[in-house]
Amino acid sequence: MLDLALPYALDDQVALRPEPFGALAYHHGSRRLLFLRSPALVAVVRGLAEAPSAAAALDAQGLAGRTRAAMELALAGLATAGVIHAR
Amino acid sequence: MLADELRGGLDAPICLTWEVTYACNLQCVHCLSSSGRRDPRELTTAEARAVIDELAELQVFYVNVGGGEPLIRRDFLDLVDHAVDRGIGVKFSTNGALLDDAAARRIAALDYTDVQISLDGATEADNDAVRGPGSYAAARRAMDRLADAGFGPFKLSVVVTKRSVGALDELEALAASYGAELRLTRLRPSGRGAATWRELRLAPAQQRDLYDWLRVRPHVLTGDSFFHLSAYGEALPGLNLCGAGRVVCLIDPLGDVYACPFVLHPDFLAGSVRDAGGFRAVWRSSELFTALREPQNPGACASCDAYDACGGGCMAAKFFTGLPLAGPDPECVLGHGEEALRGVDAAALPAAGPGHSRRSLPVIAVR
Repeated sequence: MLDLALPYALDDQVALRPEPFGALAYHHGSRRLLFLRSPALVAVVRGLAEAPSAAAALDAQGLAGRTRAAMELALAGLATAGVIHAR
Repeated sequence: MLADELRGGLDAPICLTWEVTYACNLQCVHCLSSSGRRDPRELTTAEARAVIDELAELQVFYVNVGGGEPLIRRDFLDLVDHAVDRGIGVKFSTNGALLDDAAARRIAALDYTDVQISLDGATEADNDAVRGPGSYAAARRAMDRLADAGFGPFKLSVVVTKRSVGALDELEALAASYGAELRLTRLRPSGRGAATWRELRLAPAQQRDLYDWLRVRPHVLTGDSFFHLSAYGEALPGLNLCGAGRVVCLIDPLGDVYACPFVLHPDFLAGSVRDAGGFRAVWRSSELFTALREPQNPGACASCDAYDACGGGCMAAKFFTGLPLAGPDPECVLGHGEEALRGVDAAALPAAGPGHSRRSLPVIAVR
């Protein structure tokens, strides 16, 4: 579950690789491959470690409205997959 | 669609196969790489380490290592150490004969490393008919050693042939008895498999049974091997596309880069890691890989409703059976391949060549 008020970070076992469509994420622990299909989402994920909260990481990319809602959903998916976790 | 983005190619492969040596203690009748003898031009330890460093820079997530038998290379486990240190996962296939207690303990201590023990039948008779005398016993000993060393869930890797397809339940139970995962892959008419494919391949009804069996077992690993079966209806788990030169490729023991592990043939050679630009230049700008990333011509499959599901099947299977690449897979589940195969002139088949087979091939009955 994603709690937007908490600070998050990329899991240590995850490799994130830029691609033209966004990025590929590979979790070395679960051996799962995930697709991050938007450069904005990649920017948010990379910004998590420095942001005081997940919400702040979204703010930092200037995301609002429906785009922001979609990003929140995507982040929740990444949290469920263990790609990101609360720190 | 994501598949379209993948078909257009990635900045680096998701994973790649690296056959580290052509040397092998076995002479399996379906060996994709016609392995046996070591090639003196094999990459040196220093060259192999440099390849790993380059793959790390490109952020290749993991490599599937095969051969030949990887453990024949004395520097193999050092190379695995180096890959893991550089953040590259390693999945290596072995026949187990050289996996002694010391190797098992060393492997068990590594992170990010998966071991696949090859076994192509649930009984000694079925397995050894394909993999050679003593190979069943050696694989079982290796499985025992990995279990004793506390490696955790290794993979039992099975090529599905006439000899193994009737025993999938037994093979699943065998894997489960070790806490291991079962991995099934498709038999391809590549390497020495070109000569045995017709004998060993599945009958149409067996293909259907395999599809149904896999459909209710999404936990069984397939390396995306059976996407041609997705033309039966619901897609099997996985990317369901031919990833050759788009998301995967093969590095052979000499550093030559081919489009996929099943097409060790000059027509599918893209370049070499020994070339000036290294692996990166081959991946990003070789003529062959650039062409493979273009939209492919569906040929005779253009009017088929199932084309979106199977994409025309496996390029290697078509090539080595003499079928046009634009057209159906020889094992097309709708039967179009069988029809096409009947029209192939045996004299026009691509020459398989001796590869690295030892001169005196053991005579193995495959029936």
